[in-house]
Amino acid sequence: MTDLAHIRNFSIIAHIDHGKSTLADRLIQRTGGLTDREMSEQVLDNMDIERERGITIKAQTVRLEYTAKNGETYTLNLMDTPGHVDFAYEVSRSLAACEGALLVVDAAQGVEAQTLANVYQSIEHDHEIVPVINKIDLPAADPEKVKAEIEDIIGLDASEAVLASAKSGIGIDDVLEAVVNKIPPPKGDRDAPLEAMLVDSWYDPYLGVVILVRVVNGVIRKGLNIKFMAGGTEHLIDRVGCMRPKIETLDEIAAGEIGFITAQIKDISETRVGDTITTVKNPAKAALPGFKEVQPVVFCGLFPVDAADFEKLRDSISKLRLNDASFSFEMETSAALGFGFRCGFLGLLHLEIIQERLTREYDLDLITTAPSVVYRMHMTDGTTQELHNPADYPDVVKIDFVEEPWIEAVIYVPDEYLGSLLKLCQDRRGIQKNLTYVGGRAQITYELPLNEVVFDFYDRLKSISRGYASFDYHQIGYREGDLVKMSILVNNEPVDALSMIVHRGAAEARGRHMCERLKDLIPRHLFKIPIQAAIGGKVIARETIAALRKDVTAKCYGGDISRKRKLLDKQKEGKKRMREYGSVSIPQEAFIAALRMGDEG
Amino acid sequence: MPEIAQPLALYVHWPFCVSKCPYCDFNSHVRERVDEAAWRKALIADMEYEARLTPGRRLSSLFFGGGTPSLMTPGTVGAIIEAADRLWGFADAEITLEANPSSVEAERFAGFAAAGVNRVSLGLQALDDTALKALGRAHDLAEGLAALDVAQRHFPRVSFDLIYAREGQTPEEWEAELTRALAFGTEHLSLYQLTIEPGTAFATRARLGRLTLPEEDASLGMFEMTRAMTAAAGLPAYEVSNHARPGAESRHNLTYWRYGDYVGVGPGAHGRRGGMATTRERLPETWLKTPVASETPLEANTRADEALMMGLRLLEGIDEAAFAARTGLALGDVISASGLAETTRLGLVARTKGRLWLTDTGQPLLNAVIARLMA
Repeated sequence: MTDLAHIRNFSIIAHIDHGKSTLADRLIQRTGGLTDREMSEQVLDNMDIERERGITIKAQTVRLEYTAKNGETYTLNLMDTPGHVDFAYEVSRSLAACEGALLVVDAAQGVEAQTLANVYQSIEHDHEIVPVINKIDLPAADPEKVKAEIEDIIGLDASEAVLASAKSGIGIDDVLEAVVNKIPPPKGDRDAPLEAMLVDSWYDPYLGVVILVRVVNGVIRKGLNIKFMAGGTEHLIDRVGCMRPKIETLDEIAAGEIGFITAQIKDISETRVGDTITTVKNPAKAALPGFKEVQPVVFCGLFPVDAADFEKLRDSISKLRLNDASFSFEMETSAALGFGFRCGFLGLLHLEIIQERLTREYDLDLITTAPSVVYRMHMTDGTTQELHNPADYPDVVKIDFVEEPWIEAVIYVPDEYLGSLLKLCQDRRGIQKNLTYVGGRAQITYELPLNEVVFDFYDRLKSISRGYASFDYHQIGYREGDLVKMSILVNNEPVDALSMIVHRGAAEARGRHMCERLKDLIPRHLFKIPIQAAIGGKVIARETIAALRKDVTAKCYGGDISRKRKLLDKQKEGKKRMREYGSVSIPQEAFIAALRMGDEG
Repeated sequence: MPEIAQPLALYVHWPFCVSKCPYCDFNSHVRERVDEAAWRKALIADMEYEARLTPGRRLSSLFFGGGTPSLMTPGTVGAIIEAADRLWGFADAEITLEANPSSVEAERFAGFAAAGVNRVSLGLQALDDTALKALGRAHDLAEGLAALDVAQRHFPRVSFDLIYAREGQTPEEWEAELTRALAFGTEHLSLYQLTIEPGTAFATRARLGRLTLPEEDASLGMFEMTRAMTAAAGLPAYEVSNHARPGAESRHNLTYWRYGDYVGVGPGAHGRRGGMATTRERLPETWLKTPVASETPLEANTRADEALMMGLRLLEGIDEAAFAARTGLALGDVISASGLAETTRLGLVARTKGRLWLTDTGQPLLNAVIARLMA
């Protein structure tokens, strides 16, 4: 056990590429967590996707032992937090487990807008924030200017900012000293009833579900019977430990400490982020504040390109779900896509990550249908239904009115992009609530329908602001909306995978755009193909793909047979990746591209 | 096995050319000197190898292709014809030689005829000096026409090739050119729309945007005009690009399209015999060292696909009985029922009296129709 005065729990806030992972690696190396050889790869971002996208999906911690200049040895818990708005709740739980943060800013590039949202979140958790100016050995480094930016834009005192270069190993000890001297030690009472926050959990094939905890009061140890206060289940702890970053078994984790436990839990959905863990005997009187039930907000269908892969997809989704309780899935049948799953996600990035992992780690070719949110259908008979899938849209005459989820979005954006950003929000039926300026950057608060946001809003935001805008949102409930189901018909047959629920005012423009896109994406056939967008029986947009008129190889003699046949075989193979609607073969790329349409058109 | 009695076609590949044409993707090579005696010996040895594997079959045709086989001396051509006669024997054989219409080669025409060649196919390619230059041809029009004249005097059967739908060519220009071509009175014409083949100089130019072919509508218009004009002149199309006086079709090429057996010797030559696909090393020098065939057995399905792909090129279409005999599969079981229904409904194919064939509207869509029937 370590006394509270010798514990520091902190996270690192940084813009992508400002050196968060490198700094974390240096801190681990300096305190002896890993050998140089083991350090050859970045340690904290485990998944390929995390490394490639420079984002963290799962919270990770590492425990460091540091002997400070004052001669005392401290236990430092470094928490790596997820960094995307889809995982805002997970971030808030990770931050709640710490008392401070290092704010890493690139000495040449200065403060980036995206960092602000995280800094403010950290400030809201009463964190002590230590500015670290990284990459000071770059020729373009201007630490004084960056210090001024930190003071002007964020409002933090930067006079004692640590100057470092994680890459070159400069200032690493200064960072560690600042952690010890500036970040306050945790509070807590080891003799009180157990209150531990479930920070994150993941599935390990050898250990079962591993739970990352921050003990607030009391002590957690092997053999203890514990209870999840929100989840309601009880478990026997069989292992207590920490990551250094290698797994190390401990006797106990006491108040103020961060570590992991295992309790022979097989189903990750029993371990809810933010839940309070207490003992079965002598439990805590009340749960810790801040727990939220995580609900999927974006839904889409995932179908195997090759129908024969359905079982493989089921298997793979089940395996992924072992590690991620925040997405849901149930079987779905589509007239043309065959058997697949309707899946729910925390947001679009979450959707993309799951889709990418299925493709990459499980080697599956997938067709993803248009993302949709959960609508509340109020029927004329007084009942209410939740609608996850446009294909289940009820008969219009039976609908009284429809409600859709709304969000409040807070967007930080440099001045120069403000105009285009306001237009984007306006186009997406946004209601402006607030607009303030913070040192050359605007902070805008908008209320927006979520269905306008799941539809490529984030991509547009990034492209409009050239990556400088940051975006954070939370749901603010349901509101009535003038919503209609728009169907896309190819050769007079509805393509269920392309139908979507849209606001009546936006339907025509979106329908026209969709038809134009499909016209370019569907290859010409032997006959002409009408493409229509329709609401109910009314066609609101139409395009026609002209029939193919000439396609003939001029020369084919005895020496050409093999080559020409191979070309045909290739075509046949390509055909497997297409779907038939009204005897029209639609390539899989057309689905994906049509659904990923921008506003340019 | 009724197949044994079927006549056999022999293809002999002469891989050398004076220069390489920018549109040509055939196995042709430019060499400063060729040891013709060694080549003669090797080609005959290759024929002997094939003859051992096709006992009891007689040749219905022999085709000298290339490359430029008219660069061979009449002595070599004669020796190969003699060897073919000795190894298989001819059954009233059509013996064709592809020739360049140059003055040098025209001087050999008498010798080729004396050696036994009874049909010549001239690579005239265009009746316009600018076009000939653009196509990278070594001859000019006057030389070409003179060679055609010599050929018509020496050979009982003469065909020539033209390439149309060339860059910048208008339908009117092609109409005039084809009118002139039909007036020469040959019994056979091969009229190819210019196609950009991968790996050619034209492919590079097209990729760089320095070569643009006529749009779909214009090229379809020229295709249909070609059909109408040749029919009116008594040389109707019998295959996508081949036109002949009825009865004067290329017997050798019909063997390919009817998916009959053919033996291919020489570098890069392909063959189909007894359910096997044969190939040879493409590079002349490599082949000369190891003139050994590599052989792959073809599955019934593959044979059926090939027979379908080749047979539909012919206006006569596919004889279902012959198809079944050649592939061991019934045509109705091989093609997609929905594909057949769709293409029939669209008026692109017809299936009557034991034949499947493409209609006039179906012909220019051959590739797409085949893909639909095979899906």
